[in-house]
Amino acid sequence: MIPAATRYERATDVEHALELLGEPDAKAIAGGQSLIPVMKLRIARPSLVVDISRLELRGIEERDGALHVGPLTTWADLVDAELPVGLEAITECAREVGDLQVRNLGTIGGSIVHADPASDMPAVLLALGARLAIRSPEGVRDVALADVLVGPFTTALGPQDLVTDVVVPTPAAGSGSAYASVEHPASGFALVGAAALASPGDETVALTGVGATPFVLDGDPREAIAAAEIFGDRFASEEYRRELALVVAERALESARARSGR
Amino acid sequence: MSRALQLVVNGEPRSLEIDDRTLLVHALRDGLGLTGAHIGCDTSQCGACSVLLDGRAVKSCTVLARQAEDRQITTIEGLAPDGDMHPLQKAFVEHHGLQCGFCTPGVILTAADLLSRDAAPSDDAIRHALRGNLCRCTGYQGIVESIRAAGGSS
Repeated sequence: MIPAATRYERATDVEHALELLGEPDAKAIAGGQSLIPVMKLRIARPSLVVDISRLELRGIEERDGALHVGPLTTWADLVDAELPVGLEAITECAREVGDLQVRNLGTIGGSIVHADPASDMPAVLLALGARLAIRSPEGVRDVALADVLVGPFTTALGPQDLVTDVVVPTPAAGSGSAYASVEHPASGFALVGAAALASPGDETVALTGVGATPFVLDGDPREAIAAAEIFGDRFASEEYRRELALVVAERALESARARSGR
Repeated sequence: MSRALQLVVNGEPRSLEIDDRTLLVHALRDGLGLTGAHIGCDTSQCGACSVLLDGRAVKSCTVLARQAEDRQITTIEGLAPDGDMHPLQKAFVEHHGLQCGFCTPGVILTAADLLSRDAAPSDDAIRHALRGNLCRCTGYQGIVESIRAAGGSS
């Protein structure tokens, strides 16, 4: 359980972090709750660990019609925060991520860029239409989360890209959202997770745990789940997961509708 | 690469020489002789190594020691000063909160975090907070009762 030899540097600001991340095989560490376990297994063997955990990218603020969540905001911060009406799914999901110790250190930005295909919060953020601000040596760009998650443990981010803001549009009045999942009892990871946003005249559902990345269902959930590419493994067959996806999606939708006042 | 590191453990500044890759649990156990943080798994799942970092429970096997620099680390050895027992420790004795005792330091520090946020947690809240702590004796009922009893008195 000892990581391979590496070097450690603490970034003093974002520019410093980007500079350090220019070294081949350097890796940014925030809460470390995904990275350190894979370093212990030596699946990840970074030459340099760039500690970004003390950068001023932590905190939650509502402005300009959106909730801005700093990528270093921990799950515990999110659980304790008072979020705008309509964003209930974020709190509901954060409360169940990992365990208490993981929630104390693990960050929302770390979860996004780790890109675990069964991660919970990315599904919630997809259903809510979240976008990311990405900082690189070339400047800042604004990208839809859906365009960042490209495969299992794979993002569209380059080695010198840092997420600097997670932007969640504040839902229209009369909206509600929810997250529901059925977890593997030992790992706690979602066999199927579903996030739903019910807004006046519109409903969005995103799934996690069933494919290469979390994804938004296109159109009617029943038809979309029937047509979706869903995988099976030793924990749950494709047929079982597909059936479960429908059940969990309906649970999330019902709960989101109830919160929206319908 | 071995380099000097300053940690603040149980209120005391401590110096040690460690590799950059060293996990906090190894710095505490092998570097400082604080063996109360136990290692029960290889995979960040068991919680036996839990310590408090600035008052919050973390798995010390899932933190690089250097990340803990300048932060307040509390281990089971430092939970109660001067050889007294912390109310949680007393409650674990009185309510049969441990059998073999291997998971106990981690459980007690996790419970200390919980009680600092919620002085009188429900049984559901206690069980939810303990999801990251495994007890191979399966003595969870006694653990929950001990934490419930310590609630309000600590």
